[in-house]
Amino acid sequence: MRYRYFPGCTLKGQAKNMEDTTMAAAEALGIELVELPEWQCCGAVYPLYEDELISLLSPVRTLAAAEGEPLVSLCAACHHVLKRAQELMSRNEDARTKVTDFLEVEYSGEGRVLHFLEVLRDDLGFDKLAEMVKKPLEGRKAAAYYGCLLLRPSKVMQFDDPENPSIMEDLLKALGADVVKSPYRTECCGAYLSVTEEGVAADTVDRILDSARSAGAEVLITACPLCRYNLENCARDDGKKPLKVYYFSELLAEAMGLTVETAGDDSSKEEVSQR
Amino acid sequence: MTTESGKKSRLIEEMKAQSGQDPNSCYQCGKCSAACPVTAALDLMPHQVIRYLQLGLEDELAESKTPWICASCFTCAARCPRDIDLARMMEGIRLSVLRCREGNKFGPADLTPEQLEKLPQQALVSGFRKYNK
Repeated sequence: MRYRYFPGCTLKGQAKNMEDTTMAAAEALGIELVELPEWQCCGAVYPLYEDELISLLSPVRTLAAAEGEPLVSLCAACHHVLKRAQELMSRNEDARTKVTDFLEVEYSGEGRVLHFLEVLRDDLGFDKLAEMVKKPLEGRKAAAYYGCLLLRPSKVMQFDDPENPSIMEDLLKALGADVVKSPYRTECCGAYLSVTEEGVAADTVDRILDSARSAGAEVLITACPLCRYNLENCARDDGKKPLKVYYFSELLAEAMGLTVETAGDDSSKEEVSQR
Repeated sequence: MTTESGKKSRLIEEMKAQSGQDPNSCYQCGKCSAACPVTAALDLMPHQVIRYLQLGLEDELAESKTPWICASCFTCAARCPRDIDLARMMEGIRLSVLRCREGNKFGPADLTPEQLEKLPQQALVSGFRKYNK
């Protein structure tokens, strides 16, 4: 299974451990992720106004660079922008002509745009993944936190049921974890409000963490570097038991029995399998 | 659209063209406000924003905190029984303020050294894109 891989800025910076653990797991699973040469920004936010065509230049350049091969990303925000830009290109001829003429590229919305979780579910299959697990996460009470960007708008993202998703729980199940579900798993973490309105992000994060704690979770998984930052840094220090937040790929690599040397969010060396 | 005062609302005309959303489709059920995760910090509830748009109250919307607290989580749009994408309308209000009124809302100088060190790059880029033009 061969895919083009778009990392995005954060996967080479604060979320390097998501990339490193994914690469190690993908190799063990026989999934080839070929990094796009000279990739650039995904666009960061999808433009919600039709005349903001300039914000589509970098995602469309990325989509065209995949040359029709399936394009995989890991960061929820990158995947969101690329998927929505693809959808717009495939339905809006006027926007497509303006953007591709400006960029001098050929692109008409072709190719699959996938999050790595979709590769695991749809192309590899969680049943097959479960057979390849070497160190099941037995007894680990783990909950999934989806956030917004993978799920909504569901008509475009087509990732999972936007109100009752199951892809991350199914992954945790395949990895042998003790899966718990919490009702706030699809609520917004506050996104970049942690930069501009800290109190608001503290409210959203506290609700998500309280909900996971009361469901019995000990660890949370996410696919978004900003969700992880907020969950780890924006909670009010109220003496409650801390919840460990991981990228889904860290638990995946651990269950695959892989030791991955990677820079963590605090830039210290850590070994996934020893946690 | 003509507002109560008879003045043609540029914001609302632009909104329809650029977001593909018509505020008049809304029947004010309030489901968006029930869905919104940040209502505690808003000075106008999401359904009130649409009502203000229906009435052409541009100046009031330009002064409201609500569009700047909206983080485009798309929950309102996911639950709207009229299939209105309120996140796009919020973007329209933000853009109209950024383009025509007071300019940029947030820049690198507003960040603390600790934030600069720890924030994921994605937060910086997306924050600047949302609050600047």
